[in-house]
Amino acid sequence: MGEREKVKLLGVWYSPYAIRPMIALHLKSVEYDYVEEDLFGSKSELLLKSNPVHKKVPVLIHNTKPVCESLNIVEYIDETWNSSGQSILPSHPHDRALARFWSAFVDNKWFPALKLATITKSEDAKAKAMEEVEEGLLQLEDAFVSISKGKPFFGGEAIGFMDICLGSFLVLLKAMEELKGEKLFDESKTPSLCKWASEFFSDETVKNVVPEIKKVAEFLRELEVRAQSAASRS
Amino acid sequence: MAEEVILLDYWASMFGMRTRIALYEKGVKYEYREEDLSNKSPLLLEMNPIHKKIPVLIHKGKPICESIIQVQYIDELWPDTNPILPSDPYQRAQARFWVDYIDKKTYGPCKALWSETGEKQEAAKMEFTEVLTTLDSELGDKSFFGGNEFGLVDIAFIGFYSWFRTYEEVANLSIVAKFSKLVSWAQRCLKRESVAKALPDSDKVLKSVSDHRKIVLGLD
Repeated sequence: MGEREKVKLLGVWYSPYAIRPMIALHLKSVEYDYVEEDLFGSKSELLLKSNPVHKKVPVLIHNTKPVCESLNIVEYIDETWNSSGQSILPSHPHDRALARFWSAFVDNKWFPALKLATITKSEDAKAKAMEEVEEGLLQLEDAFVSISKGKPFFGGEAIGFMDICLGSFLVLLKAMEELKGEKLFDESKTPSLCKWASEFFSDETVKNVVPEIKKVAEFLRELEVRAQSAASRS
Repeated sequence: MAEEVILLDYWASMFGMRTRIALYEKGVKYEYREEDLSNKSPLLLEMNPIHKKIPVLIHKGKPICESIIQVQYIDELWPDTNPILPSDPYQRAQARFWVDYIDKKTYGPCKALWSETGEKQEAAKMEFTEVLTTLDSELGDKSFFGGNEFGLVDIAFIGFYSWFRTYEEVANLSIVAKFSKLVSWAQRCLKRESVAKALPDSDKVLKSVSDHRKIVLGLD
């Protein structure tokens, strides 16, 4: 890799999905240009051109070629810069399958339930969704204990694919806890996950990448105000 | 060593078909076990406690769940025969992107196409037509989604072809007439032994779904 490569990341500072490729790029010590998109204003031409199918962030543009979908981007980063830094995905096929399974669980089942619980106006739907969220946390606790085998992370001694996937939501979760005053991670129910969360936040790479909890909480507060005033106007 | 690999599956599942194709492509001997989805086996519930769904691949006693994860696992364990993912990282990312697109966009509408009526079915028809239009355009003039070689995206989508007749009849959706490129692509895929073996007969799928609609759902 002799030539200086052009790496650009389109993202938004508050998105857990955008945090994922950022962590991966930092783990591999890859220099990149970061472009903040304005999703409330209008999306840039570059974003619309690079992700015509979904028109979403994050998008990684490597030597003008776009890669979309956060976990896909993380795998791409891991494979492309495979001789730098640590390996993000585990090496054994079965461990890789487990990492992919649990990250799909987080993205397709657990987080959507949490999102629904947060935005729904129906008390019934909220209760049902929160049940799913809590059950999911117990399942993730078991998965963590089984996969980490006593080490601090899903990836072992260092953060890996599953840590990045679930960890990217932690700032948002902490911000939501601050906003609502409700604790999501309960030490009595998921002690290992709580320990994992504090290890994740203590990681040097993560510390440099994730946004401040206070800033995200403020942003969520603003979003709620905007949503409420829009609802009262209509 | 057939007992080393077991596949818990349902004959008409386009997801199960993916794993079957991958196993055939690699020449891996396996034991196929048909699941009754209305009465799931204790083994299925034990091996996939989170989702309780097929397909489940059991290799040396350890389960691997989710069809695309299974296909990647099979490709990584038996890399030298008929590689499923390309070796170039960018091409691999493209393949994974399109598989993610297929999975995100088809799961909802495909169920509604045969299990719903009226407005819900109409909405599903529009959604699925949009998917077909996008995939048709992405395929373009290539032989396969990845180019000249049969690969991951083809494996991800070809199972849906065995359901086209069902969608056309049950949902009154025009597919074959509108998407000739996709039909040619499907015929090309079917020339591969793995695909021909893995896909069920389209009429069998139609009969099964029509019966289910009448008897279980009380529709039509």
